[in-house]
Amino acid sequence: MSWLTDTLTSSIGRKVIMSLTGLFLIIFLIVHLSGNFQLLMDDGGLQFNAYAKFMTSNPLIKFTSYGLYAFILLHIIMSAVLAAKNRKARPVGYAKVKGSANSAWASRNMGILGTVILIFLVIHMRSYWYEMHWGDIPMDAAGNKDLFKVVSASFAQWWYVAIYVVSMIFLAFHLSHGFSSAFQTLGVNHKKYTPFIKGLGIVYAILIPAAFASIPLYMFFNN
Amino acid sequence: MKLTLKIWRQKNTNDKGAFKTYDIDGVSPDMSFLEMIDVLNEQLIEKDEDPVHFDHDCREGICGMCSMYINGEPHGPLKGVTTCQLHMRSFSDGETITIEPWRAKAFPVVKDLAVDRSAFDRVIQAGGYVSVNTGGTPDANEIPIPKSVADEAFDAATCIGCGACVAACKNASAMLFVSAKISQLSMLPQGQVEKSERAEKMVAQMDAEGFGACTNTGACSAECPKGIDLKNIARMNREYLGSKMGSSN
Ligand code: HEM
Ligand code: SF4
Ligand code: FES
Repeated sequence: MSWLTDTLTSSIGRKVIMSLTGLFLIIFLIVHLSGNFQLLMDDGGLQFNAYAKFMTSNPLIKFTSYGLYAFILLHIIMSAVLAAKNRKARPVGYAKVKGSANSAWASRNMGILGTVILIFLVIHMRSYWYEMHWGDIPMDAAGNKDLFKVVSASFAQWWYVAIYVVSMIFLAFHLSHGFSSAFQTLGVNHKKYTPFIKGLGIVYAILIPAAFASIPLYMFFNN
Repeated sequence: MKLTLKIWRQKNTNDKGAFKTYDIDGVSPDMSFLEMIDVLNEQLIEKDEDPVHFDHDCREGICGMCSMYINGEPHGPLKGVTTCQLHMRSFSDGETITIEPWRAKAFPVVKDLAVDRSAFDRVIQAGGYVSVNTGGTPDANEIPIPKSVADEAFDAATCIGCGACVAACKNASAMLFVSAKISQLSMLPQGQVEKSERAEKMVAQMDAEGFGACTNTGACSAECPKGIDLKNIARMNREYLGSKMGSSN
């Protein structure tokens, strides 16, 4: 094996892939969220639709989005590989485990939290990404596909909003551990910076999912 | 004290094993946990039954031989101690105590509560040494080492190789142990020569032994009788990645 495959298939290398893809997703969420806030503009969705058109047609954004798909897939595949390997490392389990005595719940359940996020992602992609690319969407006044209408129709259903909000809570827990964990994996652990990273991770894990969830909630109750 | 003990019994490595329940009376709160098992074993021997096998040696918290996963935690409920330093006053009268061996693919059960931890020895053999001749006992302070560095290296060196970190980890990962053994050498001048090679070799052996990866839950450090810090794992990751990327092979 070459040094590179050797490194990337080691226990540390696999975690580095989780960490780097996770950090990329963390940055992506900020970009995604700032786009979503255009849903709240009082213009019947004209600005949001123009933005959606730009995001699906600009070559640079398209290129970046392929990177994003690849990173999400890599994050998911590597989490499955790690989960399988980690399970194999303890073929016979304990009868009694007192996990709460030594670790945070979210840190012990990253796989379950991630799986719920994955299910949400599938629903999410089917609702908007698929519709935008291959669905039959009417045009708005400016001649762009009226994705705003699709979004506001989905956010008019209480159960859809409920799924969205609950998924954001799972994302919050995933990130409450994932954010700081990603730095530790990369070897960043320092008396001066680690408390700050941990604090920032908690702030991020609460603020970003809460901001995401606030949009469907606002649109549902404003309907 | 009166106690009910639910103890894992397993004849040998290939036996399936099962829990067996024992009632024990007259336990003093001042007994250590191992002494309590000694009392049980005497009773079993008198009844012509096979005593419970368990590892122990120094019984003063320094050798790392005693193990036992007690009520869902390695070395039991008291933090910062090994099982030999755990006393029965940490339990309440009438309590049921579940006692299991360390569970990991790399730590096969030898018999009952005794597991084979020689996977740790093989990790050490892979790189946990210095091959420069360090001569006889040097005079104090002959080699200048800043106190903060010496302290940190010493903290890492307090690891007694007990394996509680592996037992506590949901992934049966040995990273806390391996990182402590890498750190205790890599921070000191004598350990510099083989520093980068050491991280590569020891991590490779750790993976080959079948230990899991790290999810940074911190369970290892919380359960470690010597309080080995997670920053050692970060240091190991830095040294491993730096060596993989920077070395010429
Ligand atoms: C936007 C979505 C997501 C973000 C921002 C995210 C972010 C992260 C981050 C930063 C980590 C920490 C990496 C480390 O410890 O070094 C992580 C770990 C993890 N993620 Fe995600 N993740 C997302 C979605 C998912 C999905 C969909 C899955 C699975 C189906 C998943 C499964 C996991 C697992 C299992 C871990 C822990 C791996 C381990 O330490 O053993 N994540 N995630
Ligand atoms: S790091 Fe702690 S728990 Fe792990 S082997 Fe060393 S002393 Fe035991
Ligand atoms: S018997 Fe030596 S540490 Fe417990």
